[in-house]
Amino acid sequence: MGIDSQSHLRRLENESIHIIREVAAEFDNPVMLYSIGKDSAVMLHLALKAFYPSKPPFPLLHVDTTWKFQEMITFRDYTVDKYGLDLIVHTNEEGVKNNINPFDHGSSNYTHIMKTEALKEALTQYKFDAAFGGARRDEEKSRAKERVFSFRSASHGWDPKNQRPELWSLYNGRIAKGESIRAFPLSNWTELDIWQYILAEGIEIVPLYFSAKRPVVERDGTLLMLDDDRFRLEPGEKVEQRDVRFRTLGCYPLTGAVESTADTLEDIVSEMLIARTSERSGRLIDHDSSGSMEKKKREGYF
Amino acid sequence: MNKIAPVAEAFDLSTYINSQESKSFLRFLTCGSVDDGKSTLIGRLLYDTKLIFEDQLAALEKDSRKHGTVADEIDLALLVDGLEAEREQGITIDVAYRFFSTEKRKFIVADTPGHEQYTRNMATGASTADLAILLVDARNGLLTQTRRHAFIASLLGVRHVVLAVNKIDLVDYDQKRFDEIKADFESFSSGFDFDSSEVIPLSARFGDNVTTNSEKLSWFTGPTLLEHLENVELGEEHSEAAFRFPVQWVNRPNLDFRGYSGTVRGGSVNVGDEVVVAQSGKTSRVEKIVTMDGDQLRADDGQSVTLTLADEIDISRGDVLAPAHSRPDVSDQFAAHLIWMSENAMLPGRPYLLKCGTKTIGASVTEIKHKVDVNTFDHHAAKQLALNEIAFCNLALSEAIAFDPYEANRDTGSFILIDRMTNETVAAGLIWFGLRRATNVHRQALDVNKKARGGLKGQKPAVLWFTGLSGSGKSTIANAVEQKLLSLGRHTYLLDGDNVRHGLNKDLGFTDADRVENIRRVAETSRLFVDAGLITLVSFISPFKAERQLARDLLNTDEFFEIFVDTTLEECETRDPKGLYAKARKGEISNFTGIDSAYEAPEAPELHLKTAGRTVEALADEIVDRLLKDGYIGSDNTWVI
Repeated sequence: MGIDSQSHLRRLENESIHIIREVAAEFDNPVMLYSIGKDSAVMLHLALKAFYPSKPPFPLLHVDTTWKFQEMITFRDYTVDKYGLDLIVHTNEEGVKNNINPFDHGSSNYTHIMKTEALKEALTQYKFDAAFGGARRDEEKSRAKERVFSFRSASHGWDPKNQRPELWSLYNGRIAKGESIRAFPLSNWTELDIWQYILAEGIEIVPLYFSAKRPVVERDGTLLMLDDDRFRLEPGEKVEQRDVRFRTLGCYPLTGAVESTADTLEDIVSEMLIARTSERSGRLIDHDSSGSMEKKKREGYF
Repeated sequence: MNKIAPVAEAFDLSTYINSQESKSFLRFLTCGSVDDGKSTLIGRLLYDTKLIFEDQLAALEKDSRKHGTVADEIDLALLVDGLEAEREQGITIDVAYRFFSTEKRKFIVADTPGHEQYTRNMATGASTADLAILLVDARNGLLTQTRRHAFIASLLGVRHVVLAVNKIDLVDYDQKRFDEIKADFESFSSGFDFDSSEVIPLSARFGDNVTTNSEKLSWFTGPTLLEHLENVELGEEHSEAAFRFPVQWVNRPNLDFRGYSGTVRGGSVNVGDEVVVAQSGKTSRVEKIVTMDGDQLRADDGQSVTLTLADEIDISRGDVLAPAHSRPDVSDQFAAHLIWMSENAMLPGRPYLLKCGTKTIGASVTEIKHKVDVNTFDHHAAKQLALNEIAFCNLALSEAIAFDPYEANRDTGSFILIDRMTNETVAAGLIWFGLRRATNVHRQALDVNKKARGGLKGQKPAVLWFTGLSGSGKSTIANAVEQKLLSLGRHTYLLDGDNVRHGLNKDLGFTDADRVENIRRVAETSRLFVDAGLITLVSFISPFKAERQLARDLLNTDEFFEIFVDTTLEECETRDPKGLYAKARKGEISNFTGIDSAYEAPEAPELHLKTAGRTVEALADEIVDRLLKDGYIGSDNTWVI
């Protein structure tokens, strides 16, 4: 592995493990949000380390919008099986009944109903008092001020002006009934740290991160993959097989691919180092309006 | 189109990764006032170290046209001012964390607002920082707040400071002006014990001397800001400190394994080392240091590991493992600096929760020794602490904990206070020393105890705490209950306003602070009576939840019996047995509960007595029946423990 015990990555690892254990020790009913992406893979790896030789004392929760890449679902089930973990899959059934989809309802509406609402529904239904998320402060401007323990009201609202100061490594986990926190153990990691750690620790990730020939269409400058036959082509669009990979994963009609031939972890990290496009630009939800992530967070999105 | 250029042939990943891994790491914070250009400076560092991606730059250009404050240029501050509310106001309202790296170092920047009402944010950023950049506007020079920032940085143990003299372009890159500011700074910073202190002229807006030398500042022979950040020598934190291991989580996957998970906070530990549980004094040896990557022979400062010990001793979350020859202080009282972070004032005697390491316990401030004026550093007497005030205080804890002075160990010497009702973090604390009388005096375990004394009377000692509005009938009912208990042969005592206010508490008035102290004394007195084996009746308005909680916390769970005497305000006012409501309405009495001071009704009293339409006799009977039912008194004198 070759990571020096006092290296930057080890410091991040040690800090994250401390945070994960604090949540497990202070909350009655925590859950780890597992989005199947690379950040979730790292967060889960850290949770396995935090409690070894015990298993993580909480279940994983996957909010399935029903529009995830098929390979993500396969990978999710494989991972849960491999480590013998508890997995809860939650879908907004009301949304499915109303056929809420990214094509007819717009990315913003769709995300609100199938992700934000679904997540709130699951947290309420299972009475989770703490939920781990894989968000990082370097991802987006509004996240730079996010706490490690982010306080949420009983209605899952986030008030940026009413967050608790966090000093040293002392996290305040006191909440009243019905309230909860989101815990972000990867707060101080950067995207490059994530990739370097995956490389150093040999963490398995969804194959979609690696380049392969995939069927894509180009729409408004973004490459979208046709993951199943629900994808709706617009007049004049033509499907091509191109060498592409994904830098973030989500719902396939809302996730842009990048052209790349990087098909090993080493190549991906090398590519990262010379990349001039930041990560979330592959996620269409951020482009709706400036400050859109902050709005989503106020509503309860991670 | 998101197209990524093919990887250059010559690029050698493993060399690169190794170079990344050998980088050192610096956490710093920037402080300055709204207009000093802090956000612009951080934006400049990110921009010049090429941490800005193309799409962010495009968004920035767009934002600059919409919100920008510098005509026709990219406004670098917009890179870091994240939240919509503050973007519209043009100020930074909370701590933001930014990341960048150079060939030599990785950096985490805490961007903290500097105007007065946000001192708490600066303390937050400083708590994890190795270095502080104090930003001033070259036109204004040092301000009162610069002194404040230096003081807070020093208090929180930040070892290095840089005075960044920004906007040097607006004084025409004038060396004389810079030298004046530098001399000013050096004369006052020498009073602090910083390891290094550097003064650097720069222009964040135009990039002069931030990351590259500037011809316009050719007279300046020192480093650029970035050079200094890359090269400032950091002593290894805690490298000389003694081993400390606050236990976070007891790891028991099965009956054959019992480990203690935590993070090493100072020093290091080896397999075979003798360790002591600081609080209990029990010792054992480290048998294994377990991680998922295999067992280790040694664990160093900062490492998160799981220890197993050679002996089965009782250890739980909150215990601190330490070398037997170099133990932390163990005490239930200490002296500390408190930085108050809440809108609600701190009152001595009010109960809070204290979290130190992995231990959370009850605590209260017993005495404010002095308040520190952060601008002049003068000491003042104080009865309470308001938001952003700093004071040196004595604290008393509900049980002894293990700690070190903050100076010796930032992790085991720091704590936060949490409000019991709102759960907000209300203060940050830095421990100076344990109070000797508590450190050295160990409590004698006496065979003659309250159980024995209570048994003599055939009763389980407890406090019956009557709370309710003035005129609600508390004292009348309490008197009736005491008579009934006396007739049953029980030993009681009644504490009320008449016998306490006129004696023990005659020095106290009716301000919030005095009310808190009044109840604290009553609670402590009732604890002594309970210890003496008595059923103690307390009849006080006790309008605040927090103080009733304090009383409750002083006693064991089954010794505090709260009785809410619930009579409506209208009814109390109609009765007005002492004519007090009439006076309060006329404004002759101030701070009168129910009129111009709040009554916080109990949420879960042991007994909720609604008095409407009931006689004193019936109400008193209800209480006595409950005491019988709950086993506080036997039905006859044969009741035994």
